Amino acid sequence: MARKDFLDIESLDSEEIIPLLDQAVPFKDLFTRSVKKVPALKGKTVLMLFYEPSTRTLSSFEVAAKRLSADVIIFDVPHSSVTKGESVRDTIDTLQAMRADYIVVRHRLSGQPAAIARQTGASVINAGDGAHAHPTQALLDAFTFREVFPEMERKKVLIMGDILHSRVARSTSLILKKLGVEVAFCGPGSLLPQTQFRRFTNYEEAMAWGPDVVYLLRVQKERQDAPFFPSDREYHQVYGLTDERLARIAGEGIYVMHPGPINRGVELCDAVLDYERCLISQQVENGIATRMAVLFGLKPTKS
Amino acid sequence: MSLALDESEITEAVTSLADQIFKKTHEGQVDLVGIRSRGDEVAERVRDLLSEKGVSVNFGVLDISLYRDDYEHLVQNPKLKSSAIDFPIDDARVILVDDVIFTGRTVRSALDAIFDYGRPTSVELAVLIDRGHRELPVQPTYVGKFLETKRLDQVVVRLKNTDGEDAVELT
Repeated sequence: MARKDFLDIESLDSEEIIPLLDQAVPFKDLFTRSVKKVPALKGKTVLMLFYEPSTRTLSSFEVAAKRLSADVIIFDVPHSSVTKGESVRDTIDTLQAMRADYIVVRHRLSGQPAAIARQTGASVINAGDGAHAHPTQALLDAFTFREVFPEMERKKVLIMGDILHSRVARSTSLILKKLGVEVAFCGPGSLLPQTQFRRFTNYEEAMAWGPDVVYLLRVQKERQDAPFFPSDREYHQVYGLTDERLARIAGEGIYVMHPGPINRGVELCDAVLDYERCLISQQVENGIATRMAVLFGLKPTKS
Repeated sequence: MSLALDESEITEAVTSLADQIFKKTHEGQVDLVGIRSRGDEVAERVRDLLSEKGVSVNFGVLDISLYRDDYEHLVQNPKLKSSAIDFPIDDARVILVDDVIFTGRTVRSALDAIFDYGRPTSVELAVLIDRGHRELPVQPTYVGKFLETKRLDQVVVRLKNTDGEDAVELT
């Protein structure tokens, strides 16, 4: 039976993850055709419900849905009645009348997409909820990783930065672990929660662990009520990819990933973007293909 | 269940297909596109026979899963595979190849799919087996073998590379 919703990585096992990654391959192949669109979801409606600002996840989903020929409605929350005090529940009831088949939700509260999924027959996709999960990001990261390392098992990924506030760190580490990849975290002690994974507070020690990929996280100023580190400049010197560190990474052939949007001069120096083993733009393209696979794989409940 | 075609009859049908296509070859060039699954294997065999006769063959494979008209009725969407057409479809004289033609819906999907790759000069259709009962106005140009069936019969085609043996069964 096909799933109705796509809410987190936790509830997927590797027998479900691998076919999902496989399904994304033919979608990526479409991007080289002159017509990049297929009629698979013709006449279906995808509703984008973003309670938090997002440019790239929103447009990635929009492109994915449109390449499947679905109609896309972007529900502009900052300018909606939500700011007039309407509850999420009432909003969903109103939107039900639009008969959306798929609802893509981003919300600052963990668990909100799951609550919506219980309320509607539409397929709900979690596009990020609080510090909980960002499962499509995890999927595109795993897909990108597998393109470089098809075997995956026993490879090492070092996730670096603000682990505490990052749903990307949570979801991506989880999917990689399920695929047999070794994961470790590196970051300031104040941003490094207790986890099952190996933890480093020192960059040199983390690199001595021998990662195949260094995954940089965005410093999320909007989620930090109080400063967790003194300044951008200091962060860059201690946990950022500086020019000197890039030289060593290039020497060892280590790949670099980042979920975007990047803060130049904080997580990474400009030169990283020209580094041949930087996978950032590949991640963006793969995001569309994997989101197409997710949309195509779900089955809304018929009303 | 009864055997409708055995190995030698399948070979005969493929040979007949290749002969018919060969007679109408335009400037020694044929552009074959096999429809997954099994249409690709039929197309491979036709390609090999035409190549032996000195015809230059472009070969591609088309997966039409994203162009089907029956998602609403499926509990699970079909497993996708990649299409692989690495010659230009613009101005090509495409021959679509499939194992069986029945309702004609697969061919309808394949026509939609092929036009998303470009604008061919012409499109023809070659099938190993025509079992009748069309629901759409689609007719093959080349037929390996006509098979008389009832509407509810199932025609099961098994081919060596895909299924390990050559046989067509009627159930």
